Amino acid sequence: MAAKANFETPAFRPYPVIPILKPGAMKGNGPFVAKPPMQEALGFPGELIDNWHDVAIEKMGELLKKYRSLRVYLDACVKCGACTDKCHYMIGTFDPKNMPVARQDLLRQVYRRYFTLAGKWFPKLVGAKDLTREVLDDWYNYFHQCSQCRRCSVFCPYGIDTADISMAAREILDSVGKGQKYCNEIIAKVYKIGNNLGLPEPALRDTLEGLEEDIKDETGVDVRLPVDEEGAEVLVITPSADFFAEPHIDGLIGYAKVFHQAGISWTLSSSASEAANFSMFIGSYENMRRVALRIREAAINLKVKRIIFGECGHAWRVAYSFLNTLVGPFDFLDQRYPIPQHICEFTYDLIQKGALKLDKSANDHRRVTFHDSCNVARASRMGDMPGGQFIIPREVIKASCNHFYDMPADTIHDQTYCCGGGGGLLTDDLMELRVKGALPRMEALKHVVDNYGVTHMAAICAICKTQFAKVLPYYGFEMDQIISVHQLVSDAIVLSVDEI
Amino acid sequence: MGFWTTFYALSFYTATLILVLGLAYKIYQYAKTPAPLKVPTMPAPLTTGGVVVRVLMEVVLFQSLFRSNKWIWLFAMLFHAALWVVLLRHLRYFIEPVWFWVVLVQPFGKYGSFVMLFGLLGLLVRRLFVERIRYISSPSDYLMLILLLVIGGSGVMVSFVTHTDIVHFKAFMLGVMYFDWQPIPTDSILLVHLTAVILLMIIFPFSKLLHAPGVFFSPSRNQVDNAREKRHVAPWAIKQFESPPPVVD
Repeated sequence: MAAKANFETPAFRPYPVIPILKPGAMKGNGPFVAKPPMQEALGFPGELIDNWHDVAIEKMGELLKKYRSLRVYLDACVKCGACTDKCHYMIGTFDPKNMPVARQDLLRQVYRRYFTLAGKWFPKLVGAKDLTREVLDDWYNYFHQCSQCRRCSVFCPYGIDTADISMAAREILDSVGKGQKYCNEIIAKVYKIGNNLGLPEPALRDTLEGLEEDIKDETGVDVRLPVDEEGAEVLVITPSADFFAEPHIDGLIGYAKVFHQAGISWTLSSSASEAANFSMFIGSYENMRRVALRIREAAINLKVKRIIFGECGHAWRVAYSFLNTLVGPFDFLDQRYPIPQHICEFTYDLIQKGALKLDKSANDHRRVTFHDSCNVARASRMGDMPGGQFIIPREVIKASCNHFYDMPADTIHDQTYCCGGGGGLLTDDLMELRVKGALPRMEALKHVVDNYGVTHMAAICAICKTQFAKVLPYYGFEMDQIISVHQLVSDAIVLSVDEI
Repeated sequence: MGFWTTFYALSFYTATLILVLGLAYKIYQYAKTPAPLKVPTMPAPLTTGGVVVRVLMEVVLFQSLFRSNKWIWLFAMLFHAALWVVLLRHLRYFIEPVWFWVVLVQPFGKYGSFVMLFGLLGLLVRRLFVERIRYISSPSDYLMLILLLVIGGSGVMVSFVTHTDIVHFKAFMLGVMYFDWQPIPTDSILLVHLTAVILLMIIFPFSKLLHAPGVFFSPSRNQVDNAREKRHVAPWAIKQFESPPPVVD
């Protein structure tokens, strides 16, 4: 650990109890603020503008006209309290402003004051508030304590989705010049270099060649990891963490082996060497579209027939739910396959067809559980039936290993807990929040570790993997207990040596 | 015609206008505002039929609330279900002759009012004593429950305790409806009941009671999961990003 932690890791609870509120527990200045050049690269003011008040209210008015979700969600809440104990950040920090409804109310109080009759005439009565500097700072702080995981929306009787509200709030903040450094710097890097990590093309080629050599050394088989190969069948879009971070990279090797065995040609793109689309986290339709457009252009330029996404949670949300909207229609691709397709769907289909030979015993040293990533679980789908996003990754895991155990039912599927680092919060300046927010997932993991001897947790999201690698040690686990689903596939797959 | 008759007759007209026009405006606003992205909370139905079932499960059975919190669900369910029965029973004051099924509902409606009060009290007790819910409550959240309790309580009183001259009241109500005003019975509990109802009608389109129309328009519940198969784009997005640039000669 670089710096010594100046906070306490929450203790495991013997049984889940409703936390007692600690008002102001997570009050603060929020994450680092974006510097002017990054702000401007995204089309936002460089720093907090003088007339931020008027611009913020005007922006809110604009968003209310553009997004039905925002309008309905700000009106419909009855303060029933159903969501108050559902947020992992609330459970880990006890700060009442981390209750989903209280977080929404930070925006709702201003909406009521400026956009509703009741709030204009009787502000005190209905909890309406003027937009002051203090409120703006509260927005910045607490809307960067929401990982936009949508767990609250599952439990809300009106489906009010705090993710949508926090996206709107961040968009308003960006429009007045108070953007978050982590997200906006990353988006600026994607525009400039092509991926979140700022990995330029030569470095990418080097890395991939190195991986090919590693696979050759280990297996004796020539498995390729091609980049910018025109005319390949499939364009693979994967998070750039897959190119060098652990355990992500073992997943990438897994995809390569699956393509190799399937005999389907594929390529990465150096111009779209990134699946992530952090513009979603800041609620910017415009930037989200601009980032997504690179993928469309890469697919056209490389003349591929299919697009497949690697293991990345929010990227799969953007891909599955928004890609067609943002930069479709994809009438130039092969319509016989889903557009886009998830790597787990691809591998699952091959397993179903018997096209992959998997030796489960290769993973006998592992006892595995699966972490449903929030954006895959609650904001997208896999396969052709509702809930396929829960079944398909598990079936891929079960086909690759002999020992699989699910975590408790109220912590998986659509009730899954966020890893604690999603939604643009995977930055060191939010480490306290990330550790505390991981509590419910760590408790669920501990349950299967204690009861079934689970040794590894598999995930299909780059953010989840990075977050767990960092926070597992805080809870007494090892950082390498988090693995990629395709790492299991990679270790189990039996490669054919004699290629035709 | 007495002061109270004129006052309540005019109040009913005003309240009805505000309720109907206010709700119509909000519904128009919800319907007109685009939902530019596919954001159903997954897993979501793959067909429109499936969405209808999902929304009905929310509206009729409070499905998500049931998964969330059994106590809130219980009190909310008792209150809303009883409210419907009580409202249906009240139809008898607006129609002549009284329809057959409204006659059947009568005893359930009469005693349903106690269930309604029980549900409301349960919600109020939770709001007062559960720390998390107290934290998120504004004065209006308590006042709304109190207003409904006043409506229910005064209703129970006129039915079971003071026995309002209901025949005369019905004559007043029909008179208001057909613009042929008849004198209103002026016992105080009835007037409290009517005042509270009129207040509720006026407040409805400006308050959190908008959850009633809102639930039908919630994109996380009413969207079909078919983003890959069918392109979904808002008119403003097409205008902003996909319209060809204006041709300059």
